[in-house]
Amino acid sequence: METQGTILPLLVALIPWPPFIAFGLIALFTNRWKRLSHTLAILSVAISFVLSQIVFWTAIRTEHLGEHPIAIRIPWLPVGPRPLEFGVLVDPLGAVMLFMVPLVSLMIFIYSVGYMAGDPYYSRFFALLSLFEAAMLLLVVADNLLMLFIGWEVMGFCSYALIGFWYRKPSAYRAAVKAFMTTRVGDVLMLLGIAYLYAQTGTLNFHDILRNPETLKTLAETPSYVAGLSVAALASLLLFAGTVGKSAQFPLHVWLPDAMEGPTPVSAMIHAATMVSAGVYTTIRMFPLLQAAQHGLGGETAFWVVALIGAFTAFMAATMGVAQNDIKRVLAYSTISQLGYMLAAVGIGAYVAAAFHLITHAFFKALLFLGSGSVIHAVEHGHHHAGRGHGHEEPFDPNDMFNMGGLARRMPVTFWTFVAGGLALAGFPLITAGFWSKDEILGEAFHGAFEKGELLPLLVFLLLATAAILTGFYTMRQIALTFLGEPRTPAAAHAEESPGSMIFPLVFLAFFAVFGGFVGVPEGFPVLAALTRGNWFHEFVGGTLLEHPEALPFNPVPVVLSSLIALTGLFLGWAVYARRPLAVGEPDPLIRLGPIYTFLKNRWYIDDLYQIVFVRPTLWLAERAVAFFMDRVLIDGLLHGIADAVWSMGSALRLFDRVVVNGIGDGIGEAVKAAGRELRTLQTGLVQNYLLVVVLGVLGFIVLYTVAPMLRGF
Amino acid sequence: MTIPAVPIPILSFIVFTPLIGALVLLLIPRQRKEAARVFAATVSSFTLLLALWAFLAYDRAAGGYQFVERISWLPQLGIHYYVGVDGVSLPLVLLSALVLFTGVLVSWNIEDRPHELFAFMLLLASGIMGVFVARNLVLLFFFYEIAIFPKYFLIAIWGSTRKEYAAMKLVLYTLVGSIIALVGALALYFVSPVRTFDMDVLRELAARGAFARTVEVFGQAVRFDYLWFLPVFLGFAVTAGLWPFHNWVPDGHSAAPTAGSMFLAGVVMKVGAYSALRVGIELMPGGAVYWLPVVVFLAVVAALYSAAISLVQEDLKYVIAFSSIGHMAFVTIGFAAMNVTGLTGAVLQMFSHGVMAAILFATVGMVYDRAHTRYLAHLGGFARAMPMATLGFILGGLVAMGMPGFSGFVAEFQVFAGIWAARDTAWWYPWVAILAAPSIALSAAYILRALQATFFGELNRERYPHVEDVTALDKVAIVTLAVWFVLIGVFPRIMTDMIQTGVEPIVALLQGAMVASIR
Repeated sequence: METQGTILPLLVALIPWPPFIAFGLIALFTNRWKRLSHTLAILSVAISFVLSQIVFWTAIRTEHLGEHPIAIRIPWLPVGPRPLEFGVLVDPLGAVMLFMVPLVSLMIFIYSVGYMAGDPYYSRFFALLSLFEAAMLLLVVADNLLMLFIGWEVMGFCSYALIGFWYRKPSAYRAAVKAFMTTRVGDVLMLLGIAYLYAQTGTLNFHDILRNPETLKTLAETPSYVAGLSVAALASLLLFAGTVGKSAQFPLHVWLPDAMEGPTPVSAMIHAATMVSAGVYTTIRMFPLLQAAQHGLGGETAFWVVALIGAFTAFMAATMGVAQNDIKRVLAYSTISQLGYMLAAVGIGAYVAAAFHLITHAFFKALLFLGSGSVIHAVEHGHHHAGRGHGHEEPFDPNDMFNMGGLARRMPVTFWTFVAGGLALAGFPLITAGFWSKDEILGEAFHGAFEKGELLPLLVFLLLATAAILTGFYTMRQIALTFLGEPRTPAAAHAEESPGSMIFPLVFLAFFAVFGGFVGVPEGFPVLAALTRGNWFHEFVGGTLLEHPEALPFNPVPVVLSSLIALTGLFLGWAVYARRPLAVGEPDPLIRLGPIYTFLKNRWYIDDLYQIVFVRPTLWLAERAVAFFMDRVLIDGLLHGIADAVWSMGSALRLFDRVVVNGIGDGIGEAVKAAGRELRTLQTGLVQNYLLVVVLGVLGFIVLYTVAPMLRGF
Repeated sequence: MTIPAVPIPILSFIVFTPLIGALVLLLIPRQRKEAARVFAATVSSFTLLLALWAFLAYDRAAGGYQFVERISWLPQLGIHYYVGVDGVSLPLVLLSALVLFTGVLVSWNIEDRPHELFAFMLLLASGIMGVFVARNLVLLFFFYEIAIFPKYFLIAIWGSTRKEYAAMKLVLYTLVGSIIALVGALALYFVSPVRTFDMDVLRELAARGAFARTVEVFGQAVRFDYLWFLPVFLGFAVTAGLWPFHNWVPDGHSAAPTAGSMFLAGVVMKVGAYSALRVGIELMPGGAVYWLPVVVFLAVVAALYSAAISLVQEDLKYVIAFSSIGHMAFVTIGFAAMNVTGLTGAVLQMFSHGVMAAILFATVGMVYDRAHTRYLAHLGGFARAMPMATLGFILGGLVAMGMPGFSGFVAEFQVFAGIWAARDTAWWYPWVAILAAPSIALSAAYILRALQATFFGELNRERYPHVEDVTALDKVAIVTLAVWFVLIGVFPRIMTDMIQTGVEPIVALLQGAMVASIR
């Protein structure tokens, strides 16, 4: 592995530092000055952004970047068979991440200035956001799993702190803990996977493991502790567990919707564009391991797990998204669903398609969240303007889409950018980025299912296609409920367009949501392929792998099919919600679905199930079984028993000592003397006394033989 | 950076400065409380500086025992005043000095007999550091016993809740454990071909298999080290809080005054683990190879069990106390790995947990001083009034939950990697890692629960109308401790390089014993 000089790798190594320094400065010194705090934060991200751009543009001009990535490393922990090294690595996959992450974050930082204005903990917000950014950048430039894990965990902590940002609100704090604990389950398994891989190979460096055919072969051929699985399969599944937690996949998806309790920029950045994508990124990163496992023991098990979890989550979350009324929750479920798409793509071997959707999704999902934030901000202010919000009338939820309507006219920029994002999410043909990336995933699944006739791609295709229809439906539902028709509340009627610092990022991101997909137009696509000069994205990112993946030949059938799917979903949504917009107080037409609606509305009852199956038994076990019974009753009981026994033994010995040992010594003489003395007092010589003794004796016998048996009878 | 060679007998200075300080303290007139405090702070900061100096001046490239002092004491019996530090013991000496210094700072405002309080603390520190530097078994036991009795008074006089019960429980547990270990040490002395307590010589003999010979017990021929390893190891492990001998820990830690808890969790538990390593594993490597793969299950149980219990405790100090048991279990797991990675992780975990427990108990003490209760249900909302203490608790908590970037992660990762890499020693070792891992998830749960209940949420204004921020001295203590988490988390080599030089000879001994047992 040769590096291009040392300047460029050092630049890469510098990328995470500015936000980290900004975090330190804000946390320690500039707490009290809000303007200074946000200036520092934005400036730091801007520096990282510029550095990343330099690296990106150099990287895409570099020949054979996959083989000779921009890299440098130093020993960090010299323990074990080989020292653990820390370093940075930019290969094609890393390069496109470096393009996306700082750009999206910079927009979100700028947006936050307007959105968070007036918050009492303004500086703390920017401090945490900066720390988060530093961790995310660390994760992207990391050249090994351990460093990646460090960034991963620090992000987890920031996510926890930011979801619970308004920590005096109990629901926010509960959501924060739920998020942290749920992802933690995945993290622990992931850490085991890392330790396992390290114990097996003696290194955690991506390049050393993933681009070394011999290592991969050995890993794929060594049996693991779980019967029928190779080391490669088990390790990649353990690492995948981390992704399941971080990217909110079934069965660990429950935390993400609740995470919407955090401020909206946080939802945009952490819970849509970056952190949750980091999970998918890791799985994409470890793809060669999965691929190797395919040819080893256990065969395709790992691929099946990844693909089915991804596809099932995509479907499940899409159905849940249909029945949500909270504008942010709809987006949260759509995020879970879209992340599922990416993982399903990885699972069917569509490496580049997964990476492509990861990048386009980050742009349009950040846009949608920021757009929804703009809406919420406006409705909240409208609520105050309408003279409400001061008294004690019924609580008003500015996130509820049924409290909106007709916002298109009042906030046109937000509306149009939101439409751009929404159409990208739904995969509106040709003119949205989401279409191209989603089409590539569906195309790969189609290819596997109908041209190669394999079962797994067929399942994936069916689930994803259904999910795509639902996506179109709930996107249209969301746009219609929020923006179309007449305002349904005074708050919506008084809403006003958001300030410039919030609008600018929307427009900027909308650009990418529309045009971003043209970097990946399939080879041979009529007209467009010639205009965009072929599938650049596939060529470039494919170079990350040891064997450059084949780009599929252009096939019009899946393209037409996926266009139809997207349009069908959008049309259904339009037919139900937009053709005749809902009036005030009108119930959701979906209620007519009856029990299905209730089932979806309650998120398939999965949260309740977890409460019953995991949370309560754990607490019960800890409280009753372990803390009380084992520790207090059994172990302490044993100890106290021993203490009591020793005490009793001591007392008994003392008794023995006093009675027997002492008694034998001087007791015999005493006893004789005492006996004489006692007996003498009986000899009073008075007849009455003797008689009394006789009478008492007789009475005693009567009691003994008559009363006592009666008592015993009870 | 080169640190000048040490021209003074630095280890004796480190051990006896607190001891002499304790005696002098008692001579300061009773009403001069401020003078006593200042004097104690001076003595402890001097000790800390000496320890830091030794830490920096230690030649990491050379390794081995350094700053050695040796004076004849009872040569006929093989007893010497013989001290020295290696890569394992020096970090622990530094840890003790850190806890002593910060313990004095956070106890500043105690009005009840500060003279005696500080004297007992200094005496305790002296005994503890004596154990870490002793290179003669008799000396080690001598200091070990010195370290036991001040704890009784610290808890019984300045403690809270069931303090007499807790003090008695603690002393009985540790005393019984140490007596069992002492008997083992005497057995070692009598079976040894050379009548000596010199640990260098004994280790040399152990390397040559002198303690692997068979002895006659009730007519059965048993290998000496198989027979005696377990009593010695477990006797010391009582003090390290190994399950099921852990029950002195929660009661003792919780009843102790703040500085007492810091000492107990921070260093006293390490005294147990350290002695178990030095006397048990190092002098009877054959026994270690035979028994540790079994003993490791006690540690697995301890890790899960204590984390589960921490989760449901209502008393804040009990939460932290039980967590200590779990974190010390990782030390035992690291020992059981019997390779360089695992042992380095174990020793680093001792240091890391020591600092972490100190900061957690210190901040909990600060809350208790203001709230006069430790019941989670009655606390809440202290973050706004005392941000620095909150930060200290959060940092300690992050170490406890193994957050990367902090020392706890580096230590626990090495323990995990070590035990997994040792799968040739016992097939179930990877399962040990898998079984112990959920305790990390649980540790996050109990830390967050305690954090939320204590610092976040709304402050009960009626109950606590006026909460003051912590003092400047408290802040100094928090910073002094917290610096180490980050330093080690980011640059682990400042400590692991040194630890590794100390661990390597022990691993060589164990490997020798493994080879011998296969033959």
